[in-house]
Amino acid sequence: MIDKINNKKTRLLLNILLIVIFATVIILLDTDVIGDAYIRRILNLSAIYAIVSVSMNLVNGFTGLFSLGQAGFMAIGAYSVAIFTVPLAERAKIFYITPQNPFLAQIELPFIVALLLGGFLAALVAIMIGVPVLRLKSDYLAIATLGFSEIIRIVFTNIKSITNGALGIKNIPTMPTMWVFFGIAIISIGFMRLLITSSYGRAFKAIREDEVAAEAMGINLFKHKVMSFSIGAFFAGIGGGLLATLFATVDPNQFYFPVTYNFLLIIVLGGMGSISGTIIASFLVTAGLEILRFFDEPLTLFGINIALFRPGLRMVIFSILLMLLVLFFRNGLMGQKELSWKLIFDWFSGKISRKRTGQGGGIQ
Amino acid sequence: MTGQLFLQQLINGISLGSLYALLAIGYTMVYGILRLINFAHGDIFMMAAYFMIFSIMTFKLPWFIAIIIVIVATVALGVLIEKTAYKPLRNAPRMSIMISAIGASFLLENLATYLFTGVPKGFPDIKVLTTAVKLGSLSLTIATLITPFVTLLLLYLVLFITNKTKIGMAMRAVSKDFETAKLMGININKVISSTFVIGSSLAAIGAILWGSRYPSIMPLTGVMPGLKCFIAAVLGGIGNTAGAVVGGFILGMAEIMLVTFLPAFTGYRDAMAFVILIVVLLVKPTGLLGEKVTDKV
Repeated sequence: MIDKINNKKTRLLLNILLIVIFATVIILLDTDVIGDAYIRRILNLSAIYAIVSVSMNLVNGFTGLFSLGQAGFMAIGAYSVAIFTVPLAERAKIFYITPQNPFLAQIELPFIVALLLGGFLAALVAIMIGVPVLRLKSDYLAIATLGFSEIIRIVFTNIKSITNGALGIKNIPTMPTMWVFFGIAIISIGFMRLLITSSYGRAFKAIREDEVAAEAMGINLFKHKVMSFSIGAFFAGIGGGLLATLFATVDPNQFYFPVTYNFLLIIVLGGMGSISGTIIASFLVTAGLEILRFFDEPLTLFGINIALFRPGLRMVIFSILLMLLVLFFRNGLMGQKELSWKLIFDWFSGKISRKRTGQGGGIQ
Repeated sequence: MTGQLFLQQLINGISLGSLYALLAIGYTMVYGILRLINFAHGDIFMMAAYFMIFSIMTFKLPWFIAIIIVIVATVALGVLIEKTAYKPLRNAPRMSIMISAIGASFLLENLATYLFTGVPKGFPDIKVLTTAVKLGSLSLTIATLITPFVTLLLLYLVLFITNKTKIGMAMRAVSKDFETAKLMGININKVISSTFVIGSSLAAIGAILWGSRYPSIMPLTGVMPGLKCFIAAVLGGIGNTAGAVVGGFILGMAEIMLVTFLPAFTGYRDAMAFVILIVVLLVKPTGLLGEKVTDKV
C-alpha cells in the first residue's frame, strides 16, 4: 500500500481527483444546487480565516516571532477596500456627519486594485512598525504588536473624514461568486507555501529554532524578520479586504484586538508551523463557532427551561477549548507536519511513522 | 487654564497614576519571577470589581466586610488561575505559556459576559469613598485623595515583604535565578503562589478604588487598565516594584495632562500609552529603574 502511495503517478492522480472534487463542490455551491447563502457565507469566512491564519502562522509558527498585530493589519486592508470600492454616488449618504476627504471622494477603484493596495499599505505599515519593534523579544514583541494593532484601530476611529469614524462604512459592493474568496485564498496560501519551502523559509525556521545560531550561520536576522512580518501583514490585509466585501460593511470595532485570538486558536489547533493544519483548523473553528451558536439560544428540555443556555455560553466554551488545547494538546492537529497522502494512508493503516514526514506532497 | 483647574487635574493625575501603580505592581512581580506577562491580571481586577458589586448590592454587606471578602475572593481567583493555567506549563515553550495566559484572560472576560451580561453594572456608592470634600475651592472625592496614600502604604508593605521576610528573600532568589533557587531547596510553587496572592490583593484594592472613581463596570473594564499597567511596569523597569509605582504615576499623569492640555486628542488617550511603551522599549528597554540583563546563549 505504502509503495503504491509513494508512486508519483498515484499521488498525481489522487491530487487531480481532489482538485476536481473541490472545484465541483464550489461550482455546485455557487450555482445554488447544494447549500444555501448561510453555508456559502460560512465557507467564504473560513477561506478568509485560512488566509489570515496562515499569514499569522508564517510569523508566529515559522519565524517564531510572537506577533499579535493581525487585527490591525486586517483593518488596513478592510478599510482600503471599503474606502475605494464604494460607488461615488453613495459616498455622500455614508459620510453624512463628517464629509469625506475631497481627494478620496473622487477616487473609485476596482475591487482587486483596492484589495492589493490594502495589502501593500498593511505591509508598508508593518515595515514601519517592524523596523523599531522587531528588535524586541517574545513577550515584549507580543505586547508591542498588540499595542500597534490598537493604535491603528484608535486612529481609524478618530480620522472621521477618511474612515467615517465609529459609524463605519456601509454598502461595500459584494462579490457574486465564491471563487473570489477561494481563488484568492489558494493563491495567497500557495505563495506563502512557496516562500516557506524556499531558502527564505529555511532562514525563517532557523531563526525560530535558535536566533544566535542562525546569526552565526550568516543569516541576516533583521532582514528576514522584517520580511516575514511584512509579508504576514500583507496577507492579513488581503484577508481584511475580503472580509469587508463579504460583510459589505466595516467599522473599527470589528478589529478590536481579541479578534486576533481567533487566529491564535486556529494556529494552535492546527499546529504552529503547519500550513495544512492551519487550513483544516480554520474551517473547523469557523464552522465550530457557528455550530456552537445553539449554546446561546435558550434551551427547553421536557418543558423545563435550562437556565445554563443563554447568550455568552458559546464564547465561554470557545475560550475553555483554547485553554484545554494549550494545556493538554500543545502540538495541535498536525504539529509541524504537513498533510500528505502518505501521512493519510499511514494513519489509516495504523502506523504513523515516528520520523518527520517529508514536506512535499501536500494537497493544497 | 486657571491655576485652580490645573491643581485639580494634577491631583486627579496623581490619583489615577497611583491606581495604575497598584495594578502595575502585580504585573512586575509576576514578570520578575515567571518571566511571563500575566495577561489575566487586568481581568482579575475586573472580577474584583464585580465581586464588590455583588457583595454590597446582592448580599447587602457593610463596606468594610465587603472589602475583606472581595480581597479574599480575588486572591483565590488569582491563585486558581496560577494553578490551572500556568503551573502545568512550567517547562513548556514560552509561547505556549503566553497563549495560556491569553486564554485565561479571554476566558475570564467571556465568563463575566456570560454570568453578568455585557450591560454595564453600576458600582455601589460607598459613602466613605465617594463623599466630596472641599479643599479651598477644589472639590475632590475622598477616594481621589486617599488613593495615593493607600498606594504608597501598600508599596511600603510590598517592599517590606520582599526585602525583610523569608518568603520575600525566596522571591528575590527565584527572580534572580529560577533553576538555582530550586536546587537550593526553595519551594518554587509556594513562592509563585505568594506572588499571585500579593498581586491579586493589590488588584482587588485597586478595583475598589477604581469603581469609586469610574462607577460603571463591564466585562471588558479590565482590558485597557490591564494593558496600561503592564506598560507602566515596563516603563518603570519590569521586575522592579518601586519602578512599577513610578511608571504608574508617570502614565496616569501623562494621560490626564493630555486630556487637559490637548482636548482635541482625547480620542487618542488609549493610544498614548502604547506610544510611550514603544518609545521606552526603543530608547531604554530596561525601563527607568530596571537592571540591565544580557542574553545567555
